Amino acid sequence: MKLTLKIWRQKNATAQGKMETYQVSDISEHMSFLEMMDVLNEQLIAEGKEPVAFDHDCREGICGSCSMYINGQPHGPRQATTTCQLHMREFNDGDTIYIEPWRAKAFPVMKDLVVDRSAFDRIIQSGGYVSVNTSGNTLDANAIPIPKEDADEAFNAATCIGCGACVAACKNASAMLFVSAKVSQLSLLPQGQVERKERVLNMVDQMDKEGFGNCTNTGACSVECPKEISLENIARMNRDYLAASVTK
Amino acid sequence: MAAKSALLKSSLAKKYWMSLTGLFLILFLITHLAGNLVLLQAPEVAAPAFNEYTEFMTTFPLIKIISYVLYFSILFHAVDGILILSRENRNARPIQYAHSKPQNNSIWASRNMGVLGTAILVFIVLHMANFWFKYKFTELPMGAGDLPDMYGLVVASFQEGWYSAIYVVSMIILGFHLWHGFESSFQTLGLNHKKYTPVIKVIGKVYSVVVPALFAIIPIYLFLNS
Amino acid sequence: MTKLDSKIPEGPIAQKWEHHKSSINVVSPANKRLIDVIVVGSGLAGASAAASLAEMGYNVKNFCFQDSPRRAHSIAAQGGINAAKNYQNDGDSVYRLFYDTVKGGDYRAREANVYRLAEVSANIIDQCVAQGVPFAREYGGLLDNRSFGGVLVSRTFYAKGQTGQQLLLGAYSAMSRQINKGKIKMYNRHEMLDLVLVDGKARGIIARNLVTGEIERHGAHAVVLASGGYGNVFFLSTNAMGSNVTAAWRAHRRGAFFANPCFTQIHPTCMPRSGDYQSKLTLMSESLRNDGRIWVPKEEEDAQAIREGRLKPTDLPEEKRDYYLERRYPAFGNLVPRDVASRAAKERCDAGYGVNKTGEAVYLDFSSAIMRYGREQATVQKLDNPTDDQIRALGEKVVASKYGNLFEMYEKINAENPYKTPMMIYPAVHYTMGGLWVDYNLMTTIPGCFAAGEANFSDHGANRLGASALMQGLADGYFVLPYTIGDFLSHDIRTGPISTDSPEFEQAEKDVRQHLESLLNNKGSKSVDYFHKRLGKVMWDKVGMSRNEQGLKEALDEIRQIREEFYKDVFVPGSLDELNPELEKASRVADFLELGELFAKDALERTESCGGHFREESQTEEGEALRDDENFTFVSAWEWTGDPRESKLHKEELVFNDIELKQRSYK
Repeated sequence: MKLTLKIWRQKNATAQGKMETYQVSDISEHMSFLEMMDVLNEQLIAEGKEPVAFDHDCREGICGSCSMYINGQPHGPRQATTTCQLHMREFNDGDTIYIEPWRAKAFPVMKDLVVDRSAFDRIIQSGGYVSVNTSGNTLDANAIPIPKEDADEAFNAATCIGCGACVAACKNASAMLFVSAKVSQLSLLPQGQVERKERVLNMVDQMDKEGFGNCTNTGACSVECPKEISLENIARMNRDYLAASVTK
Repeated sequence: MAAKSALLKSSLAKKYWMSLTGLFLILFLITHLAGNLVLLQAPEVAAPAFNEYTEFMTTFPLIKIISYVLYFSILFHAVDGILILSRENRNARPIQYAHSKPQNNSIWASRNMGVLGTAILVFIVLHMANFWFKYKFTELPMGAGDLPDMYGLVVASFQEGWYSAIYVVSMIILGFHLWHGFESSFQTLGLNHKKYTPVIKVIGKVYSVVVPALFAIIPIYLFLNS
Repeated sequence: MTKLDSKIPEGPIAQKWEHHKSSINVVSPANKRLIDVIVVGSGLAGASAAASLAEMGYNVKNFCFQDSPRRAHSIAAQGGINAAKNYQNDGDSVYRLFYDTVKGGDYRAREANVYRLAEVSANIIDQCVAQGVPFAREYGGLLDNRSFGGVLVSRTFYAKGQTGQQLLLGAYSAMSRQINKGKIKMYNRHEMLDLVLVDGKARGIIARNLVTGEIERHGAHAVVLASGGYGNVFFLSTNAMGSNVTAAWRAHRRGAFFANPCFTQIHPTCMPRSGDYQSKLTLMSESLRNDGRIWVPKEEEDAQAIREGRLKPTDLPEEKRDYYLERRYPAFGNLVPRDVASRAAKERCDAGYGVNKTGEAVYLDFSSAIMRYGREQATVQKLDNPTDDQIRALGEKVVASKYGNLFEMYEKINAENPYKTPMMIYPAVHYTMGGLWVDYNLMTTIPGCFAAGEANFSDHGANRLGASALMQGLADGYFVLPYTIGDFLSHDIRTGPISTDSPEFEQAEKDVRQHLESLLNNKGSKSVDYFHKRLGKVMWDKVGMSRNEQGLKEALDEIRQIREEFYKDVFVPGSLDELNPELEKASRVADFLELGELFAKDALERTESCGGHFREESQTEEGEALRDDENFTFVSAWEWTGDPRESKLHKEELVFNDIELKQRSYK
């Protein structure tokens, strides 16, 4: 198929960017979206032009690197799918596709479609862990039974890949889904109880410092999340934070 | 460190206050509506009842205290929502998308609470200027029940077509605001449960349709009966 | 051969590690604060090592080329992690895990290392649970296990199909805690481009800031390379796009021996390639082989009809299908080890029985399992005379609960419903057992330069068992390296900070800069991928699943040819001082082009077959891999001499005291 691509080009973090238009042809419906981008880049290189920079790595939907706002939605039109797993069969011959970077003050554009998501790392660093050192004498793994339901729910929260689609989708560029997924994972497990209050206070504090917007419960984050992280996590974090801020 | 300002300055705290004031206003709407429904009765019944109701609402001490909470809630809800949260949220995305399809992931009302809220605020100012201000700060003629004739003022106001129309439109706006706001306030407070949340959601939807509709019926009824 | 001292401790195998830990030198807590360690890579081995070293008190600098340490490719591991916990009471033990691993590796791993791996495996699970890793649990609240290929017990711990992700996020969070404390300084989007030796010891690295393009010097008392494997030398593999050999290769060029480069794992259940544009291959978990049956048509004309779309696989009657694994290996059937399953698939496709357009795919069919589970469910639910459709619907539910996410992934990529029509699979490069040679302390032949995880060669021999890579990465990082590194660092307590102003750093930086500039100034006419794809094709065709002398000799020349053309004709757009993904790729492919040649040379020299290394000249009558224990019971450790082809071979003889060498048989 033949496609018209409108892509955000920006030389570096400080440069002005703008949408540029490109044509690609001979795109197979079996290609992944990123393979289509590879075709475009090969074409640009052949013309002696600079290829489009974009983050990508595992290309199997788990590393969370890829981050494109495709035709008005993070990771494109198919739900529960990362850009790398999106295939061209979702598009039609002759389509025009808009490709933009995540837009958020906390995710500044570094080049073209590449954004800086280190704010997420700093939020985890502020408390997204259980403070145990490596030890050969830790409690036996089966010493504390955990109800399967809690373990499964903690797992579901923990499947977050940190791609930032939630922020990109949110009209307020809020990071609540990301932060609450980590808070939830640890507050659902007995191992996370000791630092439960401290953790949620510190992580929210860091989230606020990073310049994300506030949550207005539109639910867009969860709809666009490639791992379908549930809004219940946000409620759980709200509850935890309220309890922590009243008692701590 | 984070704990000290948690209840005042954090993004979540701002939302808790939005939610609490919002829920309070939701409760208030019910009492307000209960009084207003008197207006749907025959004039000879409605006039004294409504005037008494007005008198009671403005003099009973407990209600007075609550009314200050109400004024505060309205102001806080508006200032927090429009001046602080909406502004912060706009700042969180300085460059907008060139092409965006938010309709694929969220409902319109949820994305436009600030706009809807601003419209409601304008309505409240108009509403209070016409009734509350006149009742409190001007001499109303005496009416049924030997009380200041609030009933007469209301009926006269709604006999103006344009005035009734503003009310009806405002109630539709309120409905949209509540459609999202009702369940959202529970989510914000973390009042979420597998069993009860679906019930809360249904109540919220019913509330946001029925309450504004009943409010809107009154001006329509009075206009048509004029 | 004095240079290769594996430093295996004396004593009975079960006491070696305990004894070693208590006898090696350690650094006191006060002195650890004076010592800097660089860790390159943030996967399971790198993140766990960085976190543990920082917890102990060392000042750690961690480098990763991704935008966050959480994205290292360990995250993509699906199936699980082995540990000798014996929670299932099925007779598992440290010895059994040790034995299975050595046998699975076709007797080409170092006994002492593998035993230690099995010993610390149980601690890994304890550690991860303490960190809040949400492993799968049973209804009683205890941890669940499943079983994997090549073993007879259930010892694999898992978190659905995302075990690697959960373990990595655990290690990442441990690391994040130390970053928060200032004990780890994190360098995201930085790529190590050279190792710096001062007085013969590894004392730092040269790294490029991938955002600004700045070439930076970083000094430390020791350097740990945990930079993963080199499967991307094949261009197409299940590795991430960025996975590369550069850190390890630059260390090799500075004197670290590279061991067993030709030992590569080709995983049997990957999605087949669909066209030339393909950028990577996607793995489907080995666990699918528990219920899926692998087949191709019995008749060549049926295969042809299927390829041309004239015949549907579901229309082919049972008697016209060839369940070749069940036919050839009645004892293990579809659950033979990975190397065996992969070769069998290739054999059928080469003979003309492949089932997709390219002729390189076999079927993985769940219809028998669906009907079997469906009948079970019908009995449980007491249905009278259920119809086939009812049974199928019930069975699909059971299969969905076991493999739902994998089936969804398959459908997303292939647009075919694997519940209704069999999956198509084909082997793909997945893991590299070879890597930097290390001694028992995980130190390479360069003093002060350590290698952990997939980057080293030590534990898997010639073939890795499923769910053992995660185990090794975390064992190295949490429980081995943090102790053994002390033996080296104990001599450095009075060294003081390492200056990066020395001539060695200056020279290394200059070399790196020159190399990158030459790539940028080359102004050729072909993209980096053009050369990478050509290299990959030679590697796959001649150094892939099945190798022979003639092909390997051709490969040696062809790879050299491609390398020469690369340096003449590659075009790298952009400049040095900016974010430049093409430049990153070019520098990685340059190293693959050298590694590829050494890889082929190693495969050529090892004339036996073992594990994933199959030499056509060395096979049994039935076409199975035939080892030559008399001549090849050693580790090939290659020394860089300036030309990959002229690399010098050093042999570490493998001594098996606790396991008897046998021909592997899965019949």
